[in-house]
Amino acid sequence: MYRTKIFDHIILLLGVFIMVAPVVVAFMTSTHEAADIHRNGLSLTWGGHFVETYQTVLTREGGFTGKITGFNMMLNSMILGLGFAVGKIVLSMLAAYALVYFRFPLATFFFWVIFTTLLLPLEVRILPSYEVMNTLKLTNTYTGLIVPLLASATGTFYFRQFFKSVPDELLEAARIDGAGPFKFFIDVLVPLSRTMMAAIFIIMFVYGWNQYLWPTLMTTDEGFFTLVRGIKQILLVWVGSNIPDYNEAFALAILAMLPPVMIVVIFQRWFIKGLTESDK
Amino acid sequence: MAATTIAEVSKIYHGNVEAVKSVSIDIEDGEFIVLVGPSGCGKSTLLRMVAGLETISKGTVTIGSRVINEVDPAERDIAMVFQNYALYPHMTVYENLAYGLKNRKTPKAEIDARVAEAARMLEIEPYLQRKPRALSGGQRQRVAMGRAIVRKPAAFLFDEPLSNLDAKLRVSMRGEIKRLQKRLGTTSLYVTHDQLEAMTLADRLVVLNGGRIEQIGRPLDVYHRPASTFVASFIGSPAMNLVKGEIEGGNLQIGLYRIELGGRAPVKGPVTVGLRAEDLKLAGVGEDAMLFQVDYVEELGAQRLVHGTIEGQALTIALSPETPLSGDLAVTIAVDRLHFFSTETGKRLERGTSFGNDAPVEALRLETAS
Repeated sequence: MYRTKIFDHIILLLGVFIMVAPVVVAFMTSTHEAADIHRNGLSLTWGGHFVETYQTVLTREGGFTGKITGFNMMLNSMILGLGFAVGKIVLSMLAAYALVYFRFPLATFFFWVIFTTLLLPLEVRILPSYEVMNTLKLTNTYTGLIVPLLASATGTFYFRQFFKSVPDELLEAARIDGAGPFKFFIDVLVPLSRTMMAAIFIIMFVYGWNQYLWPTLMTTDEGFFTLVRGIKQILLVWVGSNIPDYNEAFALAILAMLPPVMIVVIFQRWFIKGLTESDK
Repeated sequence: MAATTIAEVSKIYHGNVEAVKSVSIDIEDGEFIVLVGPSGCGKSTLLRMVAGLETISKGTVTIGSRVINEVDPAERDIAMVFQNYALYPHMTVYENLAYGLKNRKTPKAEIDARVAEAARMLEIEPYLQRKPRALSGGQRQRVAMGRAIVRKPAAFLFDEPLSNLDAKLRVSMRGEIKRLQKRLGTTSLYVTHDQLEAMTLADRLVVLNGGRIEQIGRPLDVYHRPASTFVASFIGSPAMNLVKGEIEGGNLQIGLYRIELGGRAPVKGPVTVGLRAEDLKLAGVGEDAMLFQVDYVEELGAQRLVHGTIEGQALTIALSPETPLSGDLAVTIAVDRLHFFSTETGKRLERGTSFGNDAPVEALRLETAS
């Protein structure tokens, strides 16, 4: 049995190495100067320019208009990620609540309509969505960035399955206890769904944080740039004999990775609970 | 506390499936009524209609002087105990008990007092701050009952509350429910499929079959005078033996055996004869008897159930464990212990006025027809 254990650990270590090595390389490289990186390529050693690089990245006002800093981009990404995650959870929970607990005509039909939207990701409907937002004059707003992506078939499906697994007697007990539909939702369903909400929050936050295509399309104002777009922006300066600020690009990449990683680490326990067991 | 009337209540589901067929029960104030029947007999549906969890298709339910057909469950002044407890898993025991009162805007001090009182009564005080998942099945059941008690409702509704407990706990909880109900004096409607639970708890029990009432009566009345073969075979353990017989010229003929009924036969022709396992006795020496061919024996400790046949018809006899068993048995039964049912309708046949319950027990005369 002991040998098996060692073997297990080797596999795990290998996995960890493959996952973490690129991140370490990116981090180490980001501490070198741009010229060094251009000459020597990626680096596994400490370059000693950690503070300068990260300070520049976070505070230097860049872009064409010069009014966006790394910190602002981080804030924008955060707004996008949080808005996404929270909005999707609220919307899909309410949709699932209606589908599971209220008898209305064609409920199953509507569920399948929602479900088939899984086949229509943003990339497929990007032009009509843009047209709608443009007509509503919502380009270059947070509303325009977030709202069109809020409807979530995945979330609705998850919550629907979860609500279906909640025993009917709980609803009946609540009804006899004098809780109306609203009270039942807030007092019973929401607390019961906490682990589910955490799980979906992580997925959706990372999804929102990593959005690239939609923000690129929706926002031309640099004040709305997200981190992911910022990285691209730095590498765009490769015109003539300019050396791109590789170090800053790497630093931004590292910064862009941090919040999702932190969220996963913080919510990890709930995440696993939410996807594997129901807390009843 | 209030009297409850269920008047000609029916439940018709989609596709004209009638789950409950025109059931009427008058429940007195403070009475403990048990609805008993096999699964699918409509007992739970009936209870849920009283609770307001199912709509009433026909008929009326009245609690106190109020017709509650269209009243919201929360406004019906009832409390319900569920089979799987249905406690709110994320709330502490205290919050579970207080939730219904809180929703009714009861003052905090009053809630505290009532929860404390219920907790003391049910001996769940040490667990008030725990979550339901940290409690055992019996404790959860107590909490579920506590949730009903704190509301001080006009009626308690129990939906098979003991089915999820193990056998031993079930017996002790049964006693506790009975004691509690007597003490609170609250009208109660209790659903179970367990005839023993029904017998021990009920002031009156209602035997349901296929959505209809087979019999309403006090437990012992139902036991001693079952209204139909269904009730006879459902109430009592072991079930009443039902054998085919024929009445001819005032005598009952079971296979080759003739039993004199003393001119008090209910009808003529074929009948179903009911014999309780404990009414069949071993015949003494020289007594007329029927030959009982032993098939197998179940030892229960306090008694011994002997399964076998008389004239090819299966019967069960309850004997004391001291009785020596050796091969086949000669058994006899007192005439006034015989029950007669119509072979067509299964309804009980009375044996006429001259054969009251207070008639002296006559020794049965058996003759072997040859």
